[in-house]
Amino acid sequence: MRKLLIWLPLGLFLGFIALFASGLFQPDDRVIHSRLIGQPLPAFTLPAAASDRPPLASAQMATGQPRLLNIFASWCVPCAAEAPQLLALKQAGVPIDAIAIRDARPDVDAFLARYGNPYARIGLDARSAVQIALGSSGVPETFVIDGKGRIAYQHIGDIRADDVPMILEKLRAAQ
Amino acid sequence: MIAEIGLAALWLAAALALLQLVLAFTGLKGNKPDLLAAVRPAAVAQGVLTAVAFIALVMLFLRSDMSVLLVATNSHSAKPWLYKFAGTWGNHEGSMLLWVTVMGVAGAAVALFERALRRDTHMATLGGQAAISLGFYAFLLFSSNPFARIAPAPADGQGLNPLLQDPGLAFHPPTLYIGYVGLSVAFSFAIGALLTRQVDAAFARAMRPWVLAAWVMLTLGITAGSYWAYYELGWGGWWFWDPVENASLMPWLAATALLHSVTVLATRDALRAWTVMLAVVAFSMSMVGTFLVRSGILTSVHAFAVDPERGSFILGLLALYIGGALALFGWRIGAVREGAPFELVSRETMLVINNLLLTVILGLVLIGTLYPLMTEAFGHKVSVGAPYFDRIAGPIALALMIAMAVGPLVRWRRDDGRVVTKRLVIPFLIALSLSASLSVLAWGRIGILPFLGLVIAGAVGVASLAPLWKRNLRRTPLFTYGMVIAHLGCAVSLGGMASDSAFTVEKLVAARPGDMIQTAGWQLRFVQIQPIAGDNWTALQADMEVRRGGRPVMIHPQSRFFASPPTTTSEAALLTRWNGQLYVVLGEEVEGGRWQLRIWWKPFVTLIWLGGILIALGGFLALLGRERRGWLMKWRARAATA
Repeated sequence: MRKLLIWLPLGLFLGFIALFASGLFQPDDRVIHSRLIGQPLPAFTLPAAASDRPPLASAQMATGQPRLLNIFASWCVPCAAEAPQLLALKQAGVPIDAIAIRDARPDVDAFLARYGNPYARIGLDARSAVQIALGSSGVPETFVIDGKGRIAYQHIGDIRADDVPMILEKLRAAQ
Repeated sequence: MIAEIGLAALWLAAALALLQLVLAFTGLKGNKPDLLAAVRPAAVAQGVLTAVAFIALVMLFLRSDMSVLLVATNSHSAKPWLYKFAGTWGNHEGSMLLWVTVMGVAGAAVALFERALRRDTHMATLGGQAAISLGFYAFLLFSSNPFARIAPAPADGQGLNPLLQDPGLAFHPPTLYIGYVGLSVAFSFAIGALLTRQVDAAFARAMRPWVLAAWVMLTLGITAGSYWAYYELGWGGWWFWDPVENASLMPWLAATALLHSVTVLATRDALRAWTVMLAVVAFSMSMVGTFLVRSGILTSVHAFAVDPERGSFILGLLALYIGGALALFGWRIGAVREGAPFELVSRETMLVINNLLLTVILGLVLIGTLYPLMTEAFGHKVSVGAPYFDRIAGPIALALMIAMAVGPLVRWRRDDGRVVTKRLVIPFLIALSLSASLSVLAWGRIGILPFLGLVIAGAVGVASLAPLWKRNLRRTPLFTYGMVIAHLGCAVSLGGMASDSAFTVEKLVAARPGDMIQTAGWQLRFVQIQPIAGDNWTALQADMEVRRGGRPVMIHPQSRFFASPPTTTSEAALLTRWNGQLYVVLGEEVEGGRWQLRIWWKPFVTLIWLGGILIALGGFLALLGRERRGWLMKWRARAATA
């Protein structure tokens, strides 16, 4: 008994070492998996964010055809960086709607005039309420919405040129 | 040049540690006094060299030498000098250099000042200290070199995290590290005693001052860290059960247990194996804590640059040192005779209860801290937060407080249960009347734990003074005063914690300049918002005129913007009164020109840290008492022979 007790601390410690080692060498999963995938879009109705585009409501996203929902802001630098990719997607025939976060109409107009306007509809989310409901933590983010208005994919960060084929693939899969 | 001197000093210190290790153990093995004679000089030289390396790094930071990678990534030339200085240890490499320096200087102190220990155990202890240091030198030199250069040198540095740009950084990490790493001395003592099979009362008397000194510094470091987090983070809390806080609490719990068991061993020659085990555990907890923080396997607010390679390195050191010490323990402790037996009603029993309760809390905190790792091994990552720790550790801590009140009133060896009960009558009556009055005043408004906390704090506070009852206060030894003050400090601190969780009033408002806010008897007039500029920051500052009866006082909560690196911090405004603190945080601007304000009135919250300081003061007095008695005896012996 005494013998067992004497060696018990070492045994416990070796267990901890094994635990530490497993924790240390386990690869970190740094990809965020949205829990909203497969869920319908949260209901929202937003006022227009740009002078020459209609406002956006969640009901308008279930059109039978998959489309993109881009979350952006005129004050956001990576959003400007991803503008060419969005224009390319629009050229490929993808309908794109957008939500401008914490923005103002003149700023959005200026942004679109400068970087191009790939959007069909733009809603203004002045207090980030819809953004939070979408589980989006920053700008830009892009959601693939299937024909029934459900979220099929969430892309966090700007869309790079080599992301475009993958986005198109996701849109095809959401058909 | 300075960087090269520092690096060279570090390599030399590492070489000396190796020499010290080899000399000590070959000398002991072959019984060669000429080899052993060089061990102490080696330890002293090692301590001096680590200090040189550390001073070199401090100078690099003070001079903002941007050709040194560490300075360039963690400092900025526009910082006030205090933060350049303290920024030395506000990063991974610098803090590990501080760690190694404390270890080297502690080793030198053991070589210079330890006289009570038997010579062979002393040598084995210094050998053990060298062995531990060697691993950390290797860690520093091979994977965390603080003196690495960068070419070309950048024009300016990236700056220090603004949360760290606070006088707290100058005080908290050094004291904490002296305590944390000072426990390595106890670890080495245990190794030395196991190697020479000298676990007895004399060994305990020699080890006690070292444990006490490390424990005092650890107590101060934790207290300072808690207050710093309290006012700097702006969350109004003083303890967050963050992995890093737990990493400092666990060695403290082990060291507190060790402090008491070593007294039993020194006074009554009992608890031999247990005391050695605690000496190993205390420093092991320091090392485990370092590993948890630096490897990035747990997420914490104290984010150091995370690197899996460093994690594996520290894990290797952990396995080597703790595993080695525990194996040595298993191998040798059988040869240590059982200590002296004792009666059921005795001081010894009370101290065993103290040790058991502290160990249980330690185990629970350890499990809670490692819980995310354990659950991750089974697929999900789940962490447990404050509710777990409060509910699990709280009740045991309260039981521990009761044991703390009773323990000093029981005699060593054997006592009469009825007599002990009589000594406890007054504290018991106080507890009764406190519960009665609290029930009447605040029934249903405060939780059960804060309720018990207040009652126990009152009763234990009085009981902790009882050892001085009917004694000649001038002839009472200093270490008894030390114990009384430290125990009183625990009660004071508990009182603050319980009062904070029972009576804090919180108010969240959105107010416009000119508005009047009322809360907890305070009137706050929001005068204006104005921009102001500091050394390396600009801020929006709210000027508020507050009063509670009496004359109004101005307070200024701020929201600060730092340019390098770009960050916003909130500087809470604290107004301290004898009966509590008013804590105001300025939040964001909301629509209509209104500002979010978070206001707390925290009755007697300052007692938490006052208690911490009392605990450390008690430890210091006890240390002084033991040492002074040693000097007196030596002086008398010298006078007698002369």
